[in-house]
Amino acid sequence: MTGRTLYDKLWDMHLVREEADGTALLYIDRHLVHEVTSPQAFEGLRLAARQPWRTASVLAVPDHNVPTTPRGQGVADIADPVSRIQVETLDRNCADFGINEFAMNDVRQGIVHVIGPEQGATLPGMTVVCGDSHTSTHGAFGALAFGIGTSEVEHVLATQCLIQKKSRNMQVRVEGELRPGVTAKDVVLAIIGEIGTAGGTGYAIEFAGSAIAALSMEGRMTVCNMAIEAGARAGMVAVDQTTLDYVAGRPFAPPPDQWPQAVAAWRELVSDADAEFDRVVTVQADAISPQVTWGTSPEMVVAVDARVPDPEGEIDPVKQSGMRKALAYMALEPGMPVTDIRVDKVFIGSCTNSRIEDLRAAAAVAAGRRVAPTIKLALVVPGSGLVKQQAEAEGLDAIFIAAGFEWREPGCSMCLAMNADRLEPGERCASTSNRNFEGRQGAGGRTHLVSPAMAAAAAVSGHFADVRELAAVAPAQPLGEPS
Amino acid sequence: MEKFTPFDGLVAPLDRANVDTDAIIPKQYLKSVKRSGFGPNLFDDWRYLSAGEPGQDHRRRPLNPDFVLNQPRYAGAQILLGRQNFGCGSSREHAVWALEDAGFRVVIAPSFADIFFNNCFKNGVLPVVLDAAVLDRLFAAVAETDGYRLRVDLESQTLTTPAGECLTFEVEAFRKYCLLQGLDDIGLTLQHADDIRAYEARRRQQAPWLFA
Repeated sequence: MTGRTLYDKLWDMHLVREEADGTALLYIDRHLVHEVTSPQAFEGLRLAARQPWRTASVLAVPDHNVPTTPRGQGVADIADPVSRIQVETLDRNCADFGINEFAMNDVRQGIVHVIGPEQGATLPGMTVVCGDSHTSTHGAFGALAFGIGTSEVEHVLATQCLIQKKSRNMQVRVEGELRPGVTAKDVVLAIIGEIGTAGGTGYAIEFAGSAIAALSMEGRMTVCNMAIEAGARAGMVAVDQTTLDYVAGRPFAPPPDQWPQAVAAWRELVSDADAEFDRVVTVQADAISPQVTWGTSPEMVVAVDARVPDPEGEIDPVKQSGMRKALAYMALEPGMPVTDIRVDKVFIGSCTNSRIEDLRAAAAVAAGRRVAPTIKLALVVPGSGLVKQQAEAEGLDAIFIAAGFEWREPGCSMCLAMNADRLEPGERCASTSNRNFEGRQGAGGRTHLVSPAMAAAAAVSGHFADVRELAAVAPAQPLGEPS
Repeated sequence: MEKFTPFDGLVAPLDRANVDTDAIIPKQYLKSVKRSGFGPNLFDDWRYLSAGEPGQDHRRRPLNPDFVLNQPRYAGAQILLGRQNFGCGSSREHAVWALEDAGFRVVIAPSFADIFFNNCFKNGVLPVVLDAAVLDRLFAAVAETDGYRLRVDLESQTLTTPAGECLTFEVEAFRKYCLLQGLDDIGLTLQHADDIRAYEARRRQQAPWLFA
């Protein structure tokens, strides 16, 4: 018998039953819930007079609709009545069904994919689901984590299980050492550029190789977060000492008397040496430069020192037509240097890049510099109340504010513009989020995806700039605690 | 869910790859706590010339004459042709609710994003995967023929063209069964409640920290 992959092991561990055609009932350990994709699921439970199977497995938080401006009055500070009703509906559903919720002004509130790991509610070996495609983030812990639709949210609430077909196994290996100025975000954008937005469709991706092993947990989360942008519902990284060190001592982590047993079990959460993958892709770490997307799909990405590509060079007619549509929407000319693209707004935040290391990296560039006068708005939105607290303890807020950034309350914010933070038609944004789709950050808005350091570099330059060149100039102020 | 019965439906083309769920239903409509009423906002940014907000009277908004689905010949279409990676991006089931509310019962494409594909089956919408070359022919036929229709029969897994050509497609047996019977997944799963409890009892021994 050949060895098993990490995904095979996680799958086998959670199999409740399997039909002859491979349709499986998979047990779900952790169910994360937010306000946008859950109201219809709770309503479904009520209509069928069903109760949640295991409320202790559920953790809820409002994040998509919450304002990032001062909100001392709580839900009353949500100006849009439709958004307010959605957050109130979550509060009521959690109260009615006895579900643990970090409500809007709880310091533990934040983006669902930030708070799960932060609280230790995401653990190695778990199945983690949420009505949100970026649930792949949690795979960084050696967990099987994937996004589901609202019908499945209801299904998990009612049965603690999901009906699933097993995906195929893909391994993406990133080998070697990343060059200075190159981050986890650049790694995952480069991978998506290589395999395409549908390259991982039907697969669970395990990210491996020496460059992935060298990443912090936060970097691994950034990489797994965007597995869905490569088409894979689930991305994951094997458990190692970095994983265990991160989890230890968090509020929802196993208590000390169970910790040794947990660690022993988690140490098994690696692909066997003789495991076979259906597809293996290898990327050389030192070939990756800071990345900038130029189009309306995350696969439309180039290095910051490259030029906007020319559709004439594309032979596939469907792709060529897509490139032309994207260039027209983005108002870009083929052949122009990426560093000539001027931006109007800068957004540092989202479930991809709003953790403390992201904020440190952006602050390191912002320190001692000023946001360019042509920038209309530069936002920093921490991923959770606790990230915000930590950043303030390190003085990062002061660095951002001195540089001309706005320092906001936690939430999804301008990643998808369900709250008041958005692009106006035609505006161009350097964004640390995960999707550059048409209208994603506001109808008619133009999104370029970058790392936090690159977003800060664009903010202080007024246009895209190579952070490696800015880094050559030492910041004028100290940075607080080193990362 | 209603049973998926054979029907003869008008076909509409959407000739672009990577149609994402943000395009299918923009985020401002996700604030609804209901499951219905998304149809008027299907492809909202492409369909209308004005910015859309929840609560508007969408019949009064100016339509974009360049958007293919606004052509009168596609009014009442029940079958949508797409290109590769249809439904990529966000997990929002609202995308399927919008398609279903607008009258679409079948989407045909060379490939679908996984979450969208799965969401379709939960709402009585059938996603059909056909070869890109077959899709090329269907796009051409729809462009050439006003009122081009396909006969959809899930039981026999066939699409029949007006000329009588029969195109077969694959569908997982369990999903097919649920669509044909209009079954509620939750009810089916709860038939296995004893298996779920037995699993939990085993797992509690192996990993007690999961049941704190």
